[in-house]
Amino acid sequence: MSMISFARIKAVLLKEFVQMRRDRMTFAMMIGIPIMQLVMFGFAINSDPRHLPTALIDRDHSTFSRSVIAAAENSTFMDIAYRPTHEEDAETLMREGKINFIFIIPENFARDLVREENPQILVVADATDPSATSGAVNSMNEIVRSGLQRDLSGALSNISAKPLPVDVVLHKRYNPAGITQYNIIPGLLGIIIAMTMTMITAVAITREKERGTMENLLAMPIRPMEMMVGKIAPYVIIGYVQTVVVMLAAEFAFDIPIVGSLSLLFWAVTLYIIVNLMIGFLFSSIAQTQMQALQMTFFLLMPQILLSGFLFPFLGMPRWAQYIGEALPATHFMRLMRGIMLKGAGAMDLMSSFWPLLLIMLVVGIAAMVRYQETLD
Amino acid sequence: MIEVETVIDVKGLTKIYGDKKVVDDFDLKVPRGAVYGFLGPNGSGKTTTIRMVCGLLTPNAGSGTCLGWDVINESEKIKTKVGYMTQKFSLWEDLTIRENLEFVARMYEVDDRKNRVDEALDGLGLSGRSHQLAGSLSGGWKQRLALASCMLHDPDLLLLDEPTAGVDPKARREFWDTIHELADNGVTILVSTHYMDEAVQCDYIAYIAYGKKLIDAPSGELVDRVGLHTWRVEGKGLSQLTKDLEGVPGIEHVARFGTALHISGLDKGALRAAVSPFFEWDNLSWSERKPGLEEVFIHLMSSTEDNFQ
Repeated sequence: MSMISFARIKAVLLKEFVQMRRDRMTFAMMIGIPIMQLVMFGFAINSDPRHLPTALIDRDHSTFSRSVIAAAENSTFMDIAYRPTHEEDAETLMREGKINFIFIIPENFARDLVREENPQILVVADATDPSATSGAVNSMNEIVRSGLQRDLSGALSNISAKPLPVDVVLHKRYNPAGITQYNIIPGLLGIIIAMTMTMITAVAITREKERGTMENLLAMPIRPMEMMVGKIAPYVIIGYVQTVVVMLAAEFAFDIPIVGSLSLLFWAVTLYIIVNLMIGFLFSSIAQTQMQALQMTFFLLMPQILLSGFLFPFLGMPRWAQYIGEALPATHFMRLMRGIMLKGAGAMDLMSSFWPLLLIMLVVGIAAMVRYQETLD
Repeated sequence: MIEVETVIDVKGLTKIYGDKKVVDDFDLKVPRGAVYGFLGPNGSGKTTTIRMVCGLLTPNAGSGTCLGWDVINESEKIKTKVGYMTQKFSLWEDLTIRENLEFVARMYEVDDRKNRVDEALDGLGLSGRSHQLAGSLSGGWKQRLALASCMLHDPDLLLLDEPTAGVDPKARREFWDTIHELADNGVTILVSTHYMDEAVQCDYIAYIAYGKKLIDAPSGELVDRVGLHTWRVEGKGLSQLTKDLEGVPGIEHVARFGTALHISGLDKGALRAAVSPFFEWDNLSWSERKPGLEEVFIHLMSSTEDNFQ
């Protein structure tokens, strides 16, 4: 056995440096991914979300009701984003996933309070993601008490703030037991599809390039559109198989109810699978090697997991992160799945999630057709 | 079969990569039914030219037609009637022989696909092995399969990019028999090669170096066109003789063929004057002979060597 040769170590080391410098994409990823992770983990995601959008229905319009509302906002848990007149409008907003809370103060709230008749305040929380609303739910009584404290001094000091002279009625909507799986499993399907579908088509064209078969394909009279449809179609079926597996697990292993329409679910899944396959196709028309295509897939997957509302409450993220999230297909799919499976939302409720997916599909499709090279230039 | 008499008719084709002109102002006319040979060293632009003709590359300049269609705007149409055999094996190694042929047949929308594929397999003598993966074939068989696959749609023009590289002599001979048969049936064939002995098989020869066509002639006229003269010397002490002859005015190049040297020059008188002082050496026999294609190519190559960088 000979001595370890530093000359040979140096030879390998230098060769690695030269190759690293040539492979710009890998180099960019090595720098880009840590920065992206820092930003997302450091600034965007928030497991104790504040300023959650709330729909307020104040039927009393009294000093007392205004104090309670002010306390709710001061607690920083809730932001009054909507003031609908009818309860149905608030319900629709919640099914669409635009609000986390509905806050209802009944008529004659002030009168009943002064008469010491324990008026009720109704707080409806969207519990599909229990972690989003649990903070506010747990401190609701305290919030209401602090709101009433000042008003119940002086002439009304005979009405004690302790015990609370108001009944705070809490409804945990869609997931009363606060089971985490209700939130995770439907969302997980979105991540599974995003990961596997994008990856499989991302290597579809680059593999032909690497093996030298692309030259043969390009010499044949095939149009880019024909190529894309032909490359994508087989994997739609794989996507359906994944969906069935997750749905069966949801039904039998996790006892997650499927409240909404199965045909609507089918259309949502179909659209989402196609969007992800087309993103993969776009990647493969940009990347030169399979390795690059996989790196691009990974680069997109991270925000899809972190900023889509899958692991962390979407409405709890800062505004800029929400804007990024809105551009990700997974975000809209999460809303569709939770809307259909847990909330029983209908097609009209879900339009606001369907059209962004269609738009993304259109943009990605056009980009892929523009990027796809019909020659070897 | 298409009706145009000049199957490839292009002018001024130019391809630039970075600041390098890979193909420079290339004209080419190929008549129908001809076997047209592209000769030239590696990197001379043979592949690039072939790719521009069939629409795989967009030329930076130049224009023309292939099978009567415009090479710039109508490559979709050209592709339906051209069979292109790539230099590197480019069928799918993870598909079987039959699956490869069926895929190609579908891509060209070949009528009566099943029969055509069966015929092709019979012609190849691969019927019994049709379910074997293409990747498991040897080099010679891959080359035959590739040729069969680009013939499936009855192309009017075959572009063959170094089809016989790495193929044994017997397979090469069979390959050329097939080529001549096709040409007799009116198929036009453009074939690039390194091998000078294969160039003899072509009806026309274009010699390419550094992206430029140096000469283009019917193969029978090529030698006269260059105007080269050659002396042959056999005997002992050829290595020393080679050294002494190099650089003598009137001698273009000295090439060794086994136990003989071929000494060539463009000026008959000057060449004779250059070699005659050596006639008195012992053990050598001198004779003047008509130069062959080999001498012509060596001459063409050596006269352009300076551009090689």
